[in-house]
Amino acid sequence: MSRSLLQYPRLTAWFRSNAQPEPGAIVLRQRRVYILPTRLGLIFAATLLVLLLGSINYVLSLGFVLTFVLSGMAVAGMVHTVRNLMSLSIQAGRVEPVFAGEAAQFRLFLENGDPFDRVAILVRHDVSGAQTVLDVPAGTSSAAVLPVPAERRGWLPIGRVMLETRFPLGLFRAWSNLRPDLRALVYPRPEASTLPQPSPEASSGSARLTAQGTDDFSGLRAYQFSDSPRHVAWKAVARSEDMLTKQFSGQSSAELWLDWALLPPDADNERRLSRLAGWVLAAERAGVRYGLRIPGRTLAPDRGDVHLAACLTTLALYDAAAERSPAEAATA
Amino acid sequence: MIRVHPLMPEARSVTARDMGWLAISLALVIVPHSERVPWWVSVSALCLLGWRTYLVLNLRPLPWRWVPLALAVIGMAGIWLEYRTLFGRSAGIALLVLFAGLKLIEMRSHRDATVVVFLSYFLIITNFLFTQSIPTALVMCCALLVITTTLVSFNAPQRNIVALVHIAGTVLLHAVPIAVLLFMLFPRVQGPLWRLPQDAYTGITGLSETMSPGSFSKLSQSDAIAFRALFSGRPPPSRHLYWRGPVFLDFDGRTWRNGSFRRLSEFELTGGETRYSYTVILEPHQRDWLFALDMPEYLPPRAWISGDGQLISYAPVRTRMRYEMASLAGARLAEEEAPAVLGRALRLPPNFNPRTRALSEQWRREARGDEQIVQTALRHLRDGGFQYTLLPPLLGRDSVDEFLFSTRAGFCEHFSSAFVFLMRSAGVPARVVTGYQGGELNPVDRYLTVRQADAHAWAEVYLRNQGWIRVDPTAAVSPLRLDSGLAGAVPGAEQLPLLLRAEIPEWIRSARNNWEALVNQWNLQILGYNTDRQREFLNRLGMIDPDWKSLAFAMLTSTAVVLALLIAWSLRGLRRSDPVQNAWVAFCAKLGGRGLERRPQEGPRDFALRASDRFPGQRAAIGAVSELYIALRYGRTSPAGEVSRLRRLVREFTPA
Repeated sequence: MSRSLLQYPRLTAWFRSNAQPEPGAIVLRQRRVYILPTRLGLIFAATLLVLLLGSINYVLSLGFVLTFVLSGMAVAGMVHTVRNLMSLSIQAGRVEPVFAGEAAQFRLFLENGDPFDRVAILVRHDVSGAQTVLDVPAGTSSAAVLPVPAERRGWLPIGRVMLETRFPLGLFRAWSNLRPDLRALVYPRPEASTLPQPSPEASSGSARLTAQGTDDFSGLRAYQFSDSPRHVAWKAVARSEDMLTKQFSGQSSAELWLDWALLPPDADNERRLSRLAGWVLAAERAGVRYGLRIPGRTLAPDRGDVHLAACLTTLALYDAAAERSPAEAATA
Repeated sequence: MIRVHPLMPEARSVTARDMGWLAISLALVIVPHSERVPWWVSVSALCLLGWRTYLVLNLRPLPWRWVPLALAVIGMAGIWLEYRTLFGRSAGIALLVLFAGLKLIEMRSHRDATVVVFLSYFLIITNFLFTQSIPTALVMCCALLVITTTLVSFNAPQRNIVALVHIAGTVLLHAVPIAVLLFMLFPRVQGPLWRLPQDAYTGITGLSETMSPGSFSKLSQSDAIAFRALFSGRPPPSRHLYWRGPVFLDFDGRTWRNGSFRRLSEFELTGGETRYSYTVILEPHQRDWLFALDMPEYLPPRAWISGDGQLISYAPVRTRMRYEMASLAGARLAEEEAPAVLGRALRLPPNFNPRTRALSEQWRREARGDEQIVQTALRHLRDGGFQYTLLPPLLGRDSVDEFLFSTRAGFCEHFSSAFVFLMRSAGVPARVVTGYQGGELNPVDRYLTVRQADAHAWAEVYLRNQGWIRVDPTAAVSPLRLDSGLAGAVPGAEQLPLLLRAEIPEWIRSARNNWEALVNQWNLQILGYNTDRQREFLNRLGMIDPDWKSLAFAMLTSTAVVLALLIAWSLRGLRRSDPVQNAWVAFCAKLGGRGLERRPQEGPRDFALRASDRFPGQRAAIGAVSELYIALRYGRTSPAGEVSRLRRLVREFTPA
C-alpha cells in the first residue's frame, strides 16, 4: 500500500489532506495533469450548436465547413492546452528565513526542457492565494516567486501549489496540483524593547561594560532625549525604525546575556520568544557580544551574522513541550 | 472556493492591443455586410468601435450601463422601421451587426471580449447566407485566422504578433483533419428544419412565369450562369441545344402566361434522331421548373412532367441541384393533345392587333394547309426587313401590329409572340416556349455553360398527325443566333457584359474558362455535398447504404484516431521522467515496506545512515545505492551506464 501511494503522489494528495511533500524535481506527467472546459468553453460549445443548426437549416455547405473547423480547433486547442503543462519540471528553490508577520518568498523553478515555449502558466499557492503568471521559453527555466504570509514562528511548509494554464484558446483549463519539498524558517516576531542592562550576575567574569566615554565606538543604544545629535547613528536610523545613539567606550569587548529568566514570569512563551528575538536583533545592532539562554539550550556569547541566525533559529524552533529546541537535529 | 486569478477572463481588462485585434476581426466579417444592411447600422457600428478605441487609448471609464441599453432600444426601433420585423435574414443580420458594436462599449473584461470573438465567428456564417463563392470563402478564411489570433492574444498577452499568428495558424492547421472527417462523415440532414423566413432567398434573376416585351432583352444583360451540363460523349450541335423551360398558352394582348399544368402520370416519346445523356448542375433560381433538352426521356428525382413537356420539381430550386438526364433530340410526346388545351392554343384576346389578324386570315384563305401557313409566316419574317436587336423600340397597345408593320425590330420574345399570334389567328394551334438556347463549351472541364444571356423564346405549332412541332422564328430572321450565339447575332453588342462580347481577347476567355471550371468543381465537391452526394461518396468507399448510426460510428472512430495522432504529436519528444529519481523513490519504497519511512526532511545521506543502523546486514548495499544516487543527482557529471547500475542495485536490493 505504501509503495503504491509513493508511486502515485496525487492519490496521496487526494485521500490525505496532509500529504507528504514530493522530494526532488517534480515532472508533470499525463497522470497528474487534469483538464476540463472553462465556462467560455461551454459558451463556445453552445455557439457551435447554433452554427450547426443554422448550417443544416439554410443548407450552407460552407457553414458546415466553418462549424467543423471550429470543432476541430476546440479539440486541437484541448491537446495544446495539456501540452503546455506536460513534462514541465518543477524544482524547489531557496527560501530566505523571515520574521513572523512578513511574507516568505518561496521560489520555484519551472524548467522547460522541450523545444517549444510554455505560455502563460499560472503558479498559485493554495492556502494564501499568492500567485504569479509566467512564460517559460523553450529550453530555459523561469523562477516563480510566491510571497506567502508567515503567521507563526517555526517551519512553514509551502504546502499545495497549483499550476494552471488556459493557453492557447481559453476554452479549456489544464491544471496540476503538487507539493514541492520546500519550507521556510520563520523567526518569532521581534518585539522592540530596550536591551537589558548587563548585570554582574548575568555577565561573565571580567567582561564588564566599562564607563561610557567618547573615544572608541562601542556600539549603539536606544536614543535618549538628551543625546547629542552628533552621536545619533543616522545610517542605522535609516535602516530601522528606532532612533539609535552611538556609544563610545574605552573597552570594546562587552558581553550581554539574553536570558529567558530575565523576562517577567507571567509572560507566555510566545511573548518571551518575541522579546528575546527583539533583544537579539538590538544586541547585534549594538555591536555587543551576546549569549542566549532559554530552557534546554544555551548559546555562548558571540556576534555576527552566523551567531544572529543561530540565535533566531533557536528561538524559532523552540518547542515548549519538549523543553528543548529541535533546532540542532533539524539544521544539522 | 473560487478565487479570482489572472488567467480568469473575468479578471483581465481589455487593453488597447485587444481592441486592435477585435477591430480587425469585426471589420473582416462586417464590411462584406455593409451593402446588405442599412447604411446607418454600419456607420453606428463603426462609430461605436471608434468610441471604444478612444476610451481605451485615453484610459477613460466606460459609459454608464444604460447608455448601451438605450442605444440598443433605439437601434432596434430603427431596424424595425426599416424592415417592419426584427426576424428574418436581413433584419437579423442588421441586429447582429448593431449588437456587436454595442457590446464593444459595454465589455469590461476578456470574458466579454471573448463573447465578441464568438459573435465574430457567428458573423462569418451570416456572410454565407448571401454568397458561398470562392472569393468569399478566401476572405472568411482570413477572418477565421484573424479572429482565432484575437482569441489566442487574450490568452497569451506576452507574445508578439508573429508568435500569435503562428500559434493560431498551428491550432487551425491541426483542426483541418478533424474538420475534413466531420465534413465527410457527419450524418447530413436535408434542411430546412423549419420554415425559412420569406426573405431567405432574394435577388436572383432568371426566367420568369410570364413573358412580355422586354423581359428577355433584360436577361441578356446578365452573364450569370443558369446551369451547366456535362455530356457523356460529344456535345450536341447547336440546333439541338433547345433547353426547355416554361411554356405559355394564355395571352392578354401584352403578356404571355400559364402552361397547361396537366400532370402526366407516365409518358412516351415518338420520333427523335439522336440520344444525348448528360448531367445538369442547375443554379438555384427559386422557381420550380427544371431544364432538359427537348425532349427528356425520363424524369429527374422528385419531379414531374406536364402535358407541355415541361419538367417541374416538387419544391422550388433553392439550392444548387444536380441531376442525370437523357434526351431524345427531335422527339415529342406520344400522347394525343387534349382538346381543351388545343382550344386554349387558339384563343386570342379580342380587339387586339387588327392588322395582324387581317394578314393571317388572308394567308389562311390562300394556303392549302397548316404547314404552308407556317412557311408563309417564316418567309414573311425573314424577308420583311426585320431586325434582330437588343434595343427594341417600345411598343404600344397593339404590340404585335406595331412590331410587324412599323418598328420591325425586336428580340426573341417579339418574334415568338408575333409568330404565335399569327398562327392562332390563322387557325393553327400554337404556344410560346421559353428556355435557353445554346451554351458555351468550357474546354477546361468539358462542361457546357449556359448563361442567363442564353435565355430564349421560341414557338410550337400543333400540326395534325404530327403533334407539336418546334418553330424558331428568331432563327428565321437571324440564323447566326444559332450558330454563333447572341454576341455574334445582334448589333448593339456593346450593351452586353464585357465577357459576353464576341471580340474579347483569347487570354481573358481562357482565364474565364479556367476560373469557371474551378468554380464548377467547388460547387460540385464542396457546396454540393449533401445527403445524396454523401451516400454516393460513401458507397464508393465501400459503405453500402450507410444509416446515420453507422455514419456516426465511422465519424467518432476516425475522429478518435485523428485525436490520438494529435496527442502522439503533442507528446512526441517530451522529456521522460527522471530515471535516477525513479530509482531512488523505488529504493525508499522498499525500505518503507519494511517499516522504515523516509522522513520528509531527511536527505539521502541521513536516511542511508538510519537504514544501515536498522539493517546492518545490508550496510554495503545501502551505502552503494545512496552514494551512487547522490553522485548522479547532485554530481556534475553522470557517466554513461551509472544510471542503469543504480537501477540494477535498487532492483537487487531486498531489506531483511
